[in-house]
Amino acid sequence: MRVIADRDVCIGAGQCVMVAARFFDQDDEDGLVLASASRVPEDTLGLVREAVSLCPSDALSLVEDD
Amino acid sequence: MTRPTAAPSTAAARCPVPVRLPVARTTPFDPPEELGRLRADDPLRPLVYPDGHVGWLVTSYALARDILADSRFSARSELKRVPVRRPGAEPFIGEPALPGWFVDMDPPEHTRYRRLLAGQFTLRRLTRLQPEVDRIVADRLDALAAAGPPADLVELFALPIPSLMICELLGVPYADRESFQRDSNALFSLKVTAREGAEAMDRLTGYLLELVRRKRARPRDDLLSGLILSGGLGDAQIAGAGVLLLTAGHETVASMLGLGTYALLSHPAQKERLTAGAVQADVAVEELLRYLTIFQFGVPRSPLEDVELAGRTIRKGESVTVCLPAANRDPDRFELPDELDLGRAARGHLAFGYGVHQCIGQNLARMELRTALPALLRRFPELEPAVPAHEIPLANDAGFYGVHRLPVRWQDRDAKRTG
Repeated sequence: MRVIADRDVCIGAGQCVMVAARFFDQDDEDGLVLASASRVPEDTLGLVREAVSLCPSDALSLVEDD
Repeated sequence: MTRPTAAPSTAAARCPVPVRLPVARTTPFDPPEELGRLRADDPLRPLVYPDGHVGWLVTSYALARDILADSRFSARSELKRVPVRRPGAEPFIGEPALPGWFVDMDPPEHTRYRRLLAGQFTLRRLTRLQPEVDRIVADRLDALAAAGPPADLVELFALPIPSLMICELLGVPYADRESFQRDSNALFSLKVTAREGAEAMDRLTGYLLELVRRKRARPRDDLLSGLILSGGLGDAQIAGAGVLLLTAGHETVASMLGLGTYALLSHPAQKERLTAGAVQADVAVEELLRYLTIFQFGVPRSPLEDVELAGRTIRKGESVTVCLPAANRDPDRFELPDELDLGRAARGHLAFGYGVHQCIGQNLARMELRTALPALLRRFPELEPAVPAHEIPLANDAGFYGVHRLPVRWQDRDAKRTG
C-alpha cells in the first residue's frame, strides 16, 4: 500500500505526524503534509490507517501498489 | 423579550417535539444527562433556538463528524445561531466575521489564514518549545508550593501555564495579562451582557492592534511578527487573528488543566494508573479530552444548500448545533463512554472539532496537558480538593466548561521539616 496526500486540501493539523511520525512529516513553512513516497511497511500499516482516518480534512488516502 | 421573527424553518414540520439545548448537569464531569437520551432517541433532531428558530441538534459521533467534514455546512458567522441565551444578545449573529477571525470564515478565506498559521504549529516547531513548557510548569509548581496549602489551582497553575505559553508563542507581553485574561473570560461567558462582551472584544482588539503596530516597526522572533513579515495580511487582520489565538489559546487549556485535575482527584484509581506509569501521559490526555469535552455548547454550522442527511432534509440557512460533548459520549463509538478510562484508545475524539476548522493549537494543548498534569501529581502525590464538592464553582456559564476555582491542599513536607 502507498499513501496519497492531497496538499491542496491539507490544513496542517498534524494528526498524521502525531500518529505515524515514521511515515509523515510537515513542511516547516506552511505546515502541510509531506508523506513518504515509499511503500507503507506492513508493521506501520495500522498506524497509517489510523492517520488516514484521523485526518480532519480528508487529505490522505491509502492505495494499492501499482 | 422579543418574539421570534424566526427564519422559515421546515424542521418543526417534519419531526415531533423540538427540544431546547439541555444545559443542566447532574455531575461535574458528565454532560447534561438529557443529551444521552436525545442521542439514543434521535441523533439528528429539531432544536429550538432562543429566538424561536427551529434548527437541528446533532448528538451522535458519526453525524457530528460527517457534518463537520462537509463543506456544504458553513462556518460563516453571519449564518451562525447560538443555542444558548446571553443577556442582551441576539442568538442569530447575522454579521460577517471580524477581521482575522478565521473560525468564522469558509474556504478560501479560511484556508488563507490556516496556511499562514499552520507552519507555526507543526509538531517539530512545538517540540522545540518543550523545554519552555517544562520550565513554566516547574516554575508554577514552585509557586503553588510557596502559596499553600491550601491554594487555588486555577489561579496559580491552570491559568498561568497556557497563558504564559501562548504569550511566548505570539509575542504578547505576559505582564499585560490582567486585562487580557479578564477580557478573554468575558468573551466566552454567558454571564456578562452582550454589550460587556463587545467592549471586551474592542479592548482586546485595540490592545493587539497596538502591539502589531509596534512589531511592524520592530519585528521579533514570534508568531505575530511572522504574520507581519509574511506580508499577506493587514494590521487589523493580524490583530484579529491574534485576539482569537490569545483567547482560545489559554481559556481552553486552562479549563482542561483545572477540570482535568479535578477529574483525576475524583477518580483515584485512574490517577494512580497515570502516576504509576501504567498508562502513558499522552494516552491519558486523549481520554481526558474526550471525557471532559469542554466546548460544551457545541459548534454552530448552517448549510449553504439543502442537505439530505440521515433520512432528513436540512434546509439551506437552518441552524445546526453539533454537540461535541454528546458525540464524544456516543456508545456506538466509545465502549462504556461515561467511564473515565485513561488507558482506552480515545484518539479520534472530537474534543478539538473536526474538518478544516479543527483546532489549530491542538498539539500545543496536548503538549501542555501531558507535561503539566503528571508533573503536578508527582510533585504533590496527596493532592486533594480543599473544600467539599459543592463549593467548587463550575463554569456552567462559559463557552469552555471548567472550574472557576479549585482550592487544593496537600501534605506540606517542607513546613513539617522547617516547623
